[in-house]
Formats: sequence, C-alpha cells, structure tokens
Amino acid sequence: MRRSPVFLITVLCFGFAFFYIPILSMMVYSFNGSRLATVWGGFSTKWYVSLLSNKQVIAAALLSFKIAVVSATFATILGTMAGFALSRFRKFRGRTLFSGLVTAPLIMPEVITGISMLMFFILTANWIGWPGARGFSTITLAHITFSMVFVTTIVQARLGQADRAIEEAAMDLGSRPWQVLWDVTLPTAFTAILSGWLLAFTISLDDVVITSFTTGPGSTTLPLLIWSKVKLGVTPDINALATITVVVVGIGVALAGWVMHRAEKRRLADERMAFSSND
Amino acid sequence: MSVSRPFSIARWFHRRGWSDLIIGLPYGWLLLLFLLPFLIVLAMSVGSQAPTAPPVGFGGEYPWINPRGYQRLFTDDLYIRSFLISLMNAGLATLLCLGLGYPMALGLTRVAKSWRNILLMLVILPFWTSFLLRVYAWMGLMGKSSWFNQLLTDGWNLLVPVDWAVKSIPMMHSNFAVVLVMVYTYLPFMILPLYSSLERLDPTLDEAAMDLGSRPFRVFLDVTLPQSVPGIIAGGLLVFIPAAGELVIPTLVGDASTPMIGRVIADEFNSARDWPMASAVAVALLVLMVGPTMLYSRYQARAEEGPGK
Amino acid sequence: MAADVEPFLRIEGVSKNFGPFQAVKDVNLTIGKGEIFALLGGSGCGKTTLLRMLAGFEEPSSGRIFLDGQDMTGVPPWERPVHMMFQSYALFPHMTVEKNIGYGLKHERMTAAERTDRVRAMLDLVQLTPFAVRKPHQISGGQRQRVALARALARQPKLLLLDEPLAALDKKLREHTQFELMSIQERTGVTFIVVTHDQEEAMTLADRIAVMDRGAVQQVGPPGEVYEHPASRFVASFLGSISQYEARVLRIEGAEALLDVPAFETPVRATAIPGLVEGEVLTLAVRPEKLAIHRHPPGGPNAIPGEIKDLAYFGKDSLYRVTLPSGQLISVHAVNARRGGEARPDWYDKVWVAFEPAAAILLRG
Repeated sequence: MRRSPVFLITVLCFGFAFFYIPILSMMVYSFNGSRLATVWGGFSTKWYVSLLSNKQVIAAALLSFKIAVVSATFATILGTMAGFALSRFRKFRGRTLFSGLVTAPLIMPEVITGISMLMFFILTANWIGWPGARGFSTITLAHITFSMVFVTTIVQARLGQADRAIEEAAMDLGSRPWQVLWDVTLPTAFTAILSGWLLAFTISLDDVVITSFTTGPGSTTLPLLIWSKVKLGVTPDINALATITVVVVGIGVALAGWVMHRAEKRRLADERMAFSSND
Repeated sequence: MSVSRPFSIARWFHRRGWSDLIIGLPYGWLLLLFLLPFLIVLAMSVGSQAPTAPPVGFGGEYPWINPRGYQRLFTDDLYIRSFLISLMNAGLATLLCLGLGYPMALGLTRVAKSWRNILLMLVILPFWTSFLLRVYAWMGLMGKSSWFNQLLTDGWNLLVPVDWAVKSIPMMHSNFAVVLVMVYTYLPFMILPLYSSLERLDPTLDEAAMDLGSRPFRVFLDVTLPQSVPGIIAGGLLVFIPAAGELVIPTLVGDASTPMIGRVIADEFNSARDWPMASAVAVALLVLMVGPTMLYSRYQARAEEGPGK
Repeated sequence: MAADVEPFLRIEGVSKNFGPFQAVKDVNLTIGKGEIFALLGGSGCGKTTLLRMLAGFEEPSSGRIFLDGQDMTGVPPWERPVHMMFQSYALFPHMTVEKNIGYGLKHERMTAAERTDRVRAMLDLVQLTPFAVRKPHQISGGQRQRVALARALARQPKLLLLDEPLAALDKKLREHTQFELMSIQERTGVTFIVVTHDQEEAMTLADRIAVMDRGAVQQVGPPGEVYEHPASRFVASFLGSISQYEARVLRIEGAEALLDVPAFETPVRATAIPGLVEGEVLTLAVRPEKLAIHRHPPGGPNAIPGEIKDLAYFGKDSLYRVTLPSGQLISVHAVNARRGGEARPDWYDKVWVAFEPAAAILLRG
C-alpha cells in the first residue's frame, strides 16, 4: 500500500488540534473557580451548581426539547410524504415547483427565512387574528418547515435506491397497495426515516436565528438563552453548559459508533455464515 | 428498456386519488409557510416605510411600488461595503477551509482502516454539538486575557523587536475573528464531501501513474486532484453559501463598523424597523446566491455519480 | 406432448406498446396444465414484458389472457392466482426466511396452525428447515433462490412465473438447481413458465420452448424439435451454433434435393422440404456436430474439400474451422473417440468435410 506522507499526517494532527483545543479549553474553564472566565482561579464545580439550579435554564431546555420533539415528528411525517411523492410519482402538476420548494430552504440564508416567517406571522395576525401571540406554536411551525426538507432529501434518496421488485413481490403475493406500503416500503426505508427524525430534532434543538425571529415574549429556548448571554460576553456558566452538551453528544455519538461497529461485525459474521452454509 | 408500471403502488395511489393527499399536504405546507412568506418579502421590498403596524405601506398612487430600497442598495455605501465584506469573508473562509480540509481529507483516506472511522467520527462530532457553543468556544480563546491570546502574544513578543511588543493581540471583533470562526464551524462541511470523493478513487490509478514514471506529487496533480474537482466544488459551496449569509458569527465576534450582510438585514428589520429596506437587501442577497447554488446542484449531481464522469 | 393437453393458459393476440415501441407483438400461446414452458430469447425480445403481463404488472395493449377459463384482463396482481419468482428474488430484507415464505398466507383464510404447517411443509420442500429464522442476508445465494421459490409456491398458485431463475447462481450450483426445480415442479404439479436467455437452461428445464425475437414468438415446440427442426434462420442460429450458406435447388430426386451451394463448389444432397421447386433459392444450414472430418476423401455424398484454418482441442472433443475452396468457413465439431491410431487433423491439413443429406436443414427466408 501507499505510505502516508508526513505532510498529510502533520496537517491531520493540526486539524484535529484546531477542532478540539477550543472545546477542551472550554471544558477545562468550566471548572474554573474565578468569576473572570478567562483567568484560572482554582478548581470548582460551582458553575455546574449554579447552572443546574437556574430555573430559567431548565425551563428553556425543556421548551427546546418539547419544540424539537414535536417539530421533528411533524417534519418527519411531512418530509417522508414529500420524499415518497418525489421518488414515486414521476409526473404530477407542479412537480418542478415542488422539487424547488423542497431544496430552497436548504440553501436559503437563515436570516431571510427568519424575517419572512416573522413578516408572515405579523401579517396573518393583522388579517385573521392568528397567531395571537408568538411562541411555542410559531417556533414549531417554523422549525417543521425548514427541517422537513432535510427529511425529504434523506427519504427520497433511500426510496430511490430501493429495489422495487420487493414491492411487486408483496403485491404478487396478495397484498394491496396500502399493505405493501406498510409491510415493505416503510420498513425498508425505516433507517432513513429515523435518521431524518434525528437530524430534524438536532436542527431544531440547535437553531438560533429562525427561532429568534419567530419567538415571542416568554418563550425562550435554550439556544436563545445562550445567545442572549453570550452577546454580552463570556460567562463561566455557559462553559459548564457547553461541557455538559459536549459530554452528552460525545456519549451519544460514541454509543452510535459502537452500535454501528457491532452491526458491522455482525454483518461480517453473517457473510461468513452465508458463505459457509453454501450448498 | 423503460418499463411503465401500471400496478406499482404509486400508480394505484394515484388512481385512487391518495396521491393528492400525499403530495398535497407537504406541498401545501411549503406553499403556505415557505413560498408565501418569501413572496411577502418580495412584496415588502417595493413597499414604503410607514408609521403603522406593521410598519409598511403601499403608496396610493400608481405605480404603487417604491424602488427606494433598491436605489439605496446601489447608492448607500453601507450596503455595497457589507456585500463586499460578506463575499470577501465567505470567500476567504472557503479558501482556508479548502487549504486545511483537502490535506485532512486526503490524510483520512491514507490512515489505517481501523482508525479511519474513529477519526471521521471526530470530524462529525463537533457538528452535532451546538453551533452557538462552538462560536462561543472561540470567544473564550480570543479574549484579551485568555491563555491562548497570551501564548500568541508571548510568541509575537519573542520574535519581534522590543518596540513592537504588545500586551495582547486584538483578535475579537474583527473580520479576522469572523473568518477564523467560520473556518472552524464550517470545516466539516468541506472535509466530508472531499473525503467521500477522494475515498472513491481507485488506488490502482495512482499505482498506474507511478508505474508510468510519475513521482508522488506529480501523481497528485495529474490523477488525484482532477478527479476530486466535483468534491472541491461541492465542499466549497457548502461552506460559501451559508457563510455569505451568516448572522450569528459576525454578531458575536465581528466588527460592528464593518457588518456582514446578514447582520445588516437583521439590523434594518429589528432596530431600524425598516421592512422595505431589509427585504430589498434580502432579495439582493438571494440574487447573489442563485449562481453558486445552481453551480452546486450541478456538481452535487455529478459528485453523486462518482468520479470521472 | 403438451399439444394434446387441455389448454390451461391461453394467450390470445397479446401485444404491448410502450409509446411507439412495440415490446410484444401479437403473441398467441396455449400452455397445458402441469407443463414447464420456457420463453427463450435475447435481452429486449419481449419475454420479460410478456411474463409481467401474466403476473399483472403490465396490462396488454391488446389481446387477452385466459387462465383456467377466467379472463385475466383488469385483474390486479394481488388478486391473481399467479405468483412470480423474481430475478433478484426480491426477498423482504427485514423478514426472516420463515416470515418471507409465510407472507402470502396472511391473505388466505386459514388458522395459525394451518399457516405454520404450510410454512413448515414449504421449508421442508426446499430443504431450508434449519435456516427458518435467518434473514435473507444470512444465507447463501442458492438458499435465497429456494426461499423465493418456496414463497411463491406457498399459496399454491395455479401458475408460477420464474424470471431468469438460475441467472444469479454460479455455474456449478446452476446444474444442481435445474434438476431440483424440475423435481419440485413434478411434486407440486404447478404449471411453470420460465423466462430465460440461456438456451441450455431452457432445453433442460422445459417441456416446450417458445423462441422470441423482437417481441414476436418465432417458434414453439419441444426442445428437440426446435433444435433439430428450426423454422427460421433466427431460431437456427439462436439455438446452438450453425453454419449457413446460400443454396439453389438444381433437381428434386424423390425425398432428396440436389442443391448448388456456391460456397461448397460441389453440389450437395439434402432432405427435401415440402413445396420445394427447382431453381428456388434458400438457405442450407448445418450444425457443427452433424459434420464429420476426414483426412482422406470419404465415400458417399456431400464431401467437401477444405483446409484447416483453426482448431481448438477441448480434450473430449475438438472444434475445427475449415476454409472451403470458395474461401468461406465451416465449423466442425468432432468427438475425439479414439486414442492414438490415425493422427487427428492438424493446422493447414487438407481435409474433407462430410454430412448426411438428412443432417442439412433447408430454411426459407
């Protein structure tokens, strides 16, 4: 095989240092006893205590979680429908516009999506009296709109690759179309739908810009809370929050990696089994 | 041979009218909550500012539209400057991402298989943590009294004549900070498409080129680089497009006197309550995005087909 | 053998158009109960489209299909007593072997116990009982093929369609599976329609073969008949290899005809076909294995001199390509029956190629 040139390895090391030094620094400083976030003042866990006893933070985290679950679920339903439509209904009226509408939110700058949504909500409030107050419902509607297209992209790609013969086989064996959809099409696209949900959930949980435009008084999500704090400068309890986030995400990703690694090992074992059971 | 499928489930849904629901629901949703709001922006961009709520009106006289927003775009140098700064910052961030991301992606294809997945996971991991917190991490590092700033300052003071010594390096609230943080947050978007286009390359091509007498760097120029062009373009636009319209990074670490365009839109809208102007700037930004976006969709299709096609 | 069987499946004037392209042209076929019938042809000949029309995935543009007396027009795939074994097998990847085989049975009125029994019987039939709880990716290609077969047979269809049933298997497994398919067909008595592009597969499996080309059926008959008595130049050259030459009838002498074949430079005799007239121009075709190669002029009719241009020695037999005086080539397939003795012809040897008058096939058009 090829040697790995020293240059590439050096750049890789530099790159990973670049990725992780800021995060590690943040984690170290979350245990800083000093009020000045950038000066070391001895080891302390007081920022964690103050963070976790902060009712505002807990409420914001809960609201974010609630919005993320609801919006990811609706986005998955709508996005899966759109993905199915685009991959299976070859021709229908307005297909070009529809596929444009499905890609446009992916590249639309968030600021523009944000102000357009806000103008829309203000104008509808003026014309038909809805929404009376912006908050959970308007944020959720906005999140569904921009995250459903991610689900669509993933599901559409998966359904496009799927072997149609297995749907025909199910029909041939006596299943009507609805049952084929339920027995075969959706189960084989299950992992795509699940990763679509996860992506929609993450995007919703992480969004600042669009949320900041569509929120109203009293509805502060976690990113909005961080945003308002960070705009004023570096504060130590955010270090603690960041550390918790990184640890939780890290464990999640490591777990997912472990599951994938096990699945891969099982797949290899299956292949061997299939090979040795050859008649 | 193209075979029509009269009894595919899609056809059946279509015949029974279920397709209207399956298409109609997401279609209607996007028409109402994405296209209509966007059309409102388009309409607002030719409205007039008014002391009403909402703060906009359309003139009572023909032609009812007010081109003031678009006129100011070309006359007020705030807008021209912010457009130029946005393009410059986004372009610079894209080039730096390419410069750092390309050798990283290439390096990833050369490390042992067992390591590769772990390292790829490490590239993706920051992407799953909060975007805001990643920006925040650099705010901590760039601050005047941070260990990182002090380390750089000490290094600077060691290297330069005593007269040039400084107490700290002013990094925060500058375009330098904006570009740095953009590179940091968008680098995975560059590495991943590059990696997937480089990983697919047939290693025997390299071997063939070497066998025909090329040295490794020549092989890179003649074989590897040309085949990764779709990956470079896809990665580049994945960085450039969101960077050009970025709002969070310039707000947190940027220089308020030279704002990027995303911040101008937000300021016009929130602080100045000038809906027509904000809308006009938004429309102009979108027009600027059309070119790169079309380029992206072309190359994405090509990148998915695989190299050399 | 099947011609006198009562018609079970009748295909009457079926055509299928995809836009301007006519994939199937006016096909008429009658297939008996319990028959193994093969649709043989190259890719794009319309055989798969015809099969899909039988399964109900395509609707004929014109014509009708009757199965056991019932008109199948407009009957959707899920209501047809016709099941298909797909070329890719189309096993449900998320279900075990057992669940795959039992899938069709959910639509039958039967108790859970009956269902289990049926699945068990099917597993037994295809010898997959030990693999019942594995998923498709955990078994070998040959086993997958058997799962697909068992799944299609589980509902006891009136007609089983097999789309290139052996194409995905390697050569060794193919031969074994061929005989297994035949024995399963015998035991279940289900009518099989096999689509294949492989003439050997069609000839070993099928009771009768329909050779298709460009959407139309060229010839129908038992394998031996189609091979030995091809009805057209296409069928002659599609099944096995054959050398064809232009010929003109000189004289008709009882059951034989004397022909002038420019390529041979000497007149040859061939068994006459009905309606032959003097002066008629047609094609004389002869298969390589029907020719004999001699190092000395043989006695008897139809000996044509030539020179060996090429030879391939396979051990049990050899293939020779002989240049005729006219410069055209003829292929001869000879069994190496003797060891030693007269040396085998070698490169550039002068030889005589001979054939019986009955071995020559005369083809019009």
